[in-house]
Amino acid sequence: MQELVNRAKALLADGIVQRVLGWKIGDLAYNPEPAFFETEEALSDFVYNGFCGANLSKYMIEASKKEGKTLVFLKPCDTYSFNQLLKEHRILREKAYIIGVGCMGKISGEKLKEAGIRGILAVEGADAFSPADSLTVKTLYGDKEIAYTDVMLERCHVCKGKEHKIYDEIIGESRDTADADRMEAVHAIEAMSPEEKFAFFQSALSRCIRCNACRNVCPACSCRKCVFDSTKFDSAQKANVDSFEEKMFHVIRAFHVAGRCTDCGECSRVCPQNIPLHLFNRKLISDINEFYGEYQAGDDAETKGPLTDFTLEDIEPSDAREGGR
Amino acid sequence: MSVEKEFRPKIVAFCCNWCSYAGADLAGSSRLAYPADVKIIRVPCSCRVNPMFILRAFEKGADGVILCGCHPGDCHYSTGNYYARRRMTLLFSLLDYLGVEEGRTRVEWVSAAEGVKFSTVMNDFVEKIRSLGENVRLGDLRCKN
Amino acid sequence: MQRIGVFVCHCGSNIAATVDVKRVVEEAKKEQGVVHAEDYPYMCSEAGQALIAAAIKEKNLGGIVVCSCSPRMHEATFRKAAERAGLNPYMVEIANIREHCSWIHKDMEEATEKAVILARAAIAKVHLNAHLHPGESAVTKRALVIGGGIAGIQTALDIAEAGYKVDIVEKTPSIGGRMSQLDKTFPTLDCSACILTPKMVEAAAHENITIYTYSEVEKVSGFVGDFSVDIRKKARSVDMNKCTGCGLCQEKCPSKKSLSEFNRGLGTRSAIYTPFAQAIPNVPVIDRESCIKFKTGKCGLCEKVCQAGAIDYAQTDEIITEKYGAIVVATGFDTINLDKYGEYAYHESPDVITSLELERVMNAAGPTKGHLERLSDGKAPKEIVFIQCVGSRCDDHRGKPYCSKICCMYTAKHAMLIRDKYPDVNVTVFYIDVRTPGKNFDEFYRRAVEEYGVNYIKGQVGKVVPQPDGSLLVQGSDLLDGKQMKMRADMVVLATAIEPDPSVRKIATMLTASIDTNNFLTEAHPKLRPVESPTAGVFLSGVCQGPKDIPETVSQAGAAAVKVIGLLAKDKLTTNPCTAESDSLLCNGCSVCQNVCPYGAISYEDKEINDHGIRETRRVAVVNGALCQGCGACTVACPSGAMDLKGFSNRQIIAEVDAICR
Repeated sequence: MQELVNRAKALLADGIVQRVLGWKIGDLAYNPEPAFFETEEALSDFVYNGFCGANLSKYMIEASKKEGKTLVFLKPCDTYSFNQLLKEHRILREKAYIIGVGCMGKISGEKLKEAGIRGILAVEGADAFSPADSLTVKTLYGDKEIAYTDVMLERCHVCKGKEHKIYDEIIGESRDTADADRMEAVHAIEAMSPEEKFAFFQSALSRCIRCNACRNVCPACSCRKCVFDSTKFDSAQKANVDSFEEKMFHVIRAFHVAGRCTDCGECSRVCPQNIPLHLFNRKLISDINEFYGEYQAGDDAETKGPLTDFTLEDIEPSDAREGGR
Repeated sequence: MSVEKEFRPKIVAFCCNWCSYAGADLAGSSRLAYPADVKIIRVPCSCRVNPMFILRAFEKGADGVILCGCHPGDCHYSTGNYYARRRMTLLFSLLDYLGVEEGRTRVEWVSAAEGVKFSTVMNDFVEKIRSLGENVRLGDLRCKN
Repeated sequence: MQRIGVFVCHCGSNIAATVDVKRVVEEAKKEQGVVHAEDYPYMCSEAGQALIAAAIKEKNLGGIVVCSCSPRMHEATFRKAAERAGLNPYMVEIANIREHCSWIHKDMEEATEKAVILARAAIAKVHLNAHLHPGESAVTKRALVIGGGIAGIQTALDIAEAGYKVDIVEKTPSIGGRMSQLDKTFPTLDCSACILTPKMVEAAAHENITIYTYSEVEKVSGFVGDFSVDIRKKARSVDMNKCTGCGLCQEKCPSKKSLSEFNRGLGTRSAIYTPFAQAIPNVPVIDRESCIKFKTGKCGLCEKVCQAGAIDYAQTDEIITEKYGAIVVATGFDTINLDKYGEYAYHESPDVITSLELERVMNAAGPTKGHLERLSDGKAPKEIVFIQCVGSRCDDHRGKPYCSKICCMYTAKHAMLIRDKYPDVNVTVFYIDVRTPGKNFDEFYRRAVEEYGVNYIKGQVGKVVPQPDGSLLVQGSDLLDGKQMKMRADMVVLATAIEPDPSVRKIATMLTASIDTNNFLTEAHPKLRPVESPTAGVFLSGVCQGPKDIPETVSQAGAAAVKVIGLLAKDKLTTNPCTAESDSLLCNGCSVCQNVCPYGAISYEDKEINDHGIRETRRVAVVNGALCQGCGACTVACPSGAMDLKGFSNRQIIAEVDAICR
């Protein structure tokens, strides 16, 4: 981690960048937060460890409006979001100095809690570049041991790989932590009866409190003003008034990011109600891949997205439903 | 004991101005009947139909929504229905995934010359929606009388 | 809140017989903002329009809803009426309670209920309508005609005569089209070339006409009044300016084995060729596929014999860009492929030919110098069978569902000509129906039967079987006698269905002109606007719109020309104001709208934005209203809802949805 801080200080000192976009120590041991650092002194709060799951790409929208360059640290999977934003002219490449940071798989405070660990004071073994196989969690009730992979974020189990898609330089090693089938949960739902599907999503979505955390964190959901907040569709409905609006919100949100979502998994990571929101996006990704050919948003900053493209022989909506879907 | 009222579904049909709306006109001038449950909204092109409109219809109590456009290759704007096809393929698949009964949404390509097809499609769609019954899964209960 | 007037039309009894118009009026009055509602027997009549105008003025209406027939019928009428009364014409909405209601429902209660809901939807929409103002665009006073057959030639001549410049683009090396391949024409039996050639010459000589043969339309952009068209002039390998048309090159060309397209593959031609003797321009082209010079690098004989030095092997395709105010499609037809009709042995026996091939056989310049003979052995046939409706009026998927329209007449013509010239030849025609509407047409057909003794049998042929002796066994049925029959023939002629020339699909796509399931171009209205495409500025001439004979083609060609002249005579056109519009406060500048725009109407600019006090420069979408055609693809692609469509806005459509689902 010190390597990152040293490099950041050097870039600041040389005037190559005007600020640093990274993570700083949060209120809780397992909860570092995204932050801008304007000075070398401020970097004393900088942190990069196993809990730094937050994808910083979206913050580059604001950073692109500022004077001079911003040093941004991007993990391999974050670079997809960066590329996608670049494609959509939301961020400016020349305003970013990208350090691709190594990633050994990120861990989740929520998973620690799910494992029954309470009163967390500190976590050992969550070093960014050389994590331990097993974490030692210091709690009010004594030390607890838990395997690193057991508390890895869901998205790390379906890791997109250790390659940074865009960067100026790379610091630190990465590893591909994929050990699960990305579409397994999607296919499991597809196999359900309509009643079971409905029950599953009704139960999940009824927890939604419309806090908009998913929207605010999502690098694809970056409209200046969300349609749900504007009068354009007569749909300025913030209150959680009934089950339909939750569905409408999440369906439209999924649809608006279809073909643009890189599957970074931030929506599910930040949901305070633990709604598996990534299952919406993954369903669309699964369909896009099946119907229109494999497509990974953010693979580059040029290719036409699947919803702004077509072929004369595209599948018909009715045919897409056949085959037990 | 009250007699159960016959279920009359609310059906919204979005029709593109150039082909399907004209096809509906032809069905009319040919006196090809289909149930009055179908109400048509004219849009310039199938690509004008926003998923928001479809969800809104369900929110307000529609039991079925059908989108009709020019046949692929015949779009007045040359490419509109190709975009609509992709959008609706994905949207409908997502609705199926959420457990909304398959069949509440449909896309049909109806040309200006296909009055017969328009009528057949609408009869068939209404029949399907009647068999599915009232839309409860995607409805906003507040809007029901 | 708009002050809204609702006008319910009875349409005589068309609406009033199934919709309780009084109740629609009463229900409409209950809607918010409705300050006036009335019914009238014929709203579209002068008196009806006057009623609307009076109400607009008296009640100071801000928007009106007319519950009547389809907006495709009278929207323009009512908009004009509103405009005359001082209301912006785009403050008019139509509730279609005729085609979409009274005509399809029988139950009065049900139909009335639906009419009320349709009226409510229109009222809800008109509340959100905005005053729209059409823009203006200039007209380029030049027309393009695609296709140089009789349809294209006639259209071009008529436009040129009116004093406007017109260009003909023809894909083959000569103008003339199908008509130039015909021997005689019905019902007068005058020689096709004799009446066509003077028109070809006239077109070529006309000072207002430019002919691009061996050329194709490559790209079309722009819109009515201001089309920009790329024309590919294919490399002819012969300099048009130098060639004198002496024909020596063709005579000396050693590669003479290529099948002649003009003779429908029944004869051969040289590699450097003009399709036929009267070709215009009389300048040959080199078919590079069969030219020895191009294949092997050796030969070059034509270059040696050409005294004008016109041969240019190095010529390349040239693309020219021209501006046009109007485009006429006159791409004509071809006969259908007979691969799926194995039962007629067309591919097995050279003595089974299509009627168009028979035209070439009968023609003095054709492969047999006009002698009627079997193509297999050159013998004179004694028994000829004509089979009608091959692929026409076909209810399976092999052929076409429509009547090709010209076959009954040309078969009568062929039968008559054969019986006239070769009285010893027996002619039998198998037909489903004989259709001869047209001036002097039925008389013509009856002459074939009565004076020339042509044997017409109502019935279809099931099979043609080539026999070992070279003859053909025709198995058919005679429906009037109710018997199966077999007969021997020396020649069988198939009245093969016609279909639009395959090139039309590509052209229709470039022009964004719609085509039907049979690839015929669609008219703006089948009865009232038969020569206009729904795409403004695109007109239809000849068989590309539907099967036609020569007189019909010529009259339609003239009609298309008149429409073009009417357009070119204007200095300015008003443009559709129902175009997309981007709200720069909401625009992300993400380019997704630009990616789906088929007209290239969206561009981006860095604009100074004042977003509730935040001043910044943003990349925002800008729509060119003259290019935008109003499809709305961009509005759905736009995730933020910044892009909206005037006249069909998100809020308007949602208001309709809400009203219907209420």
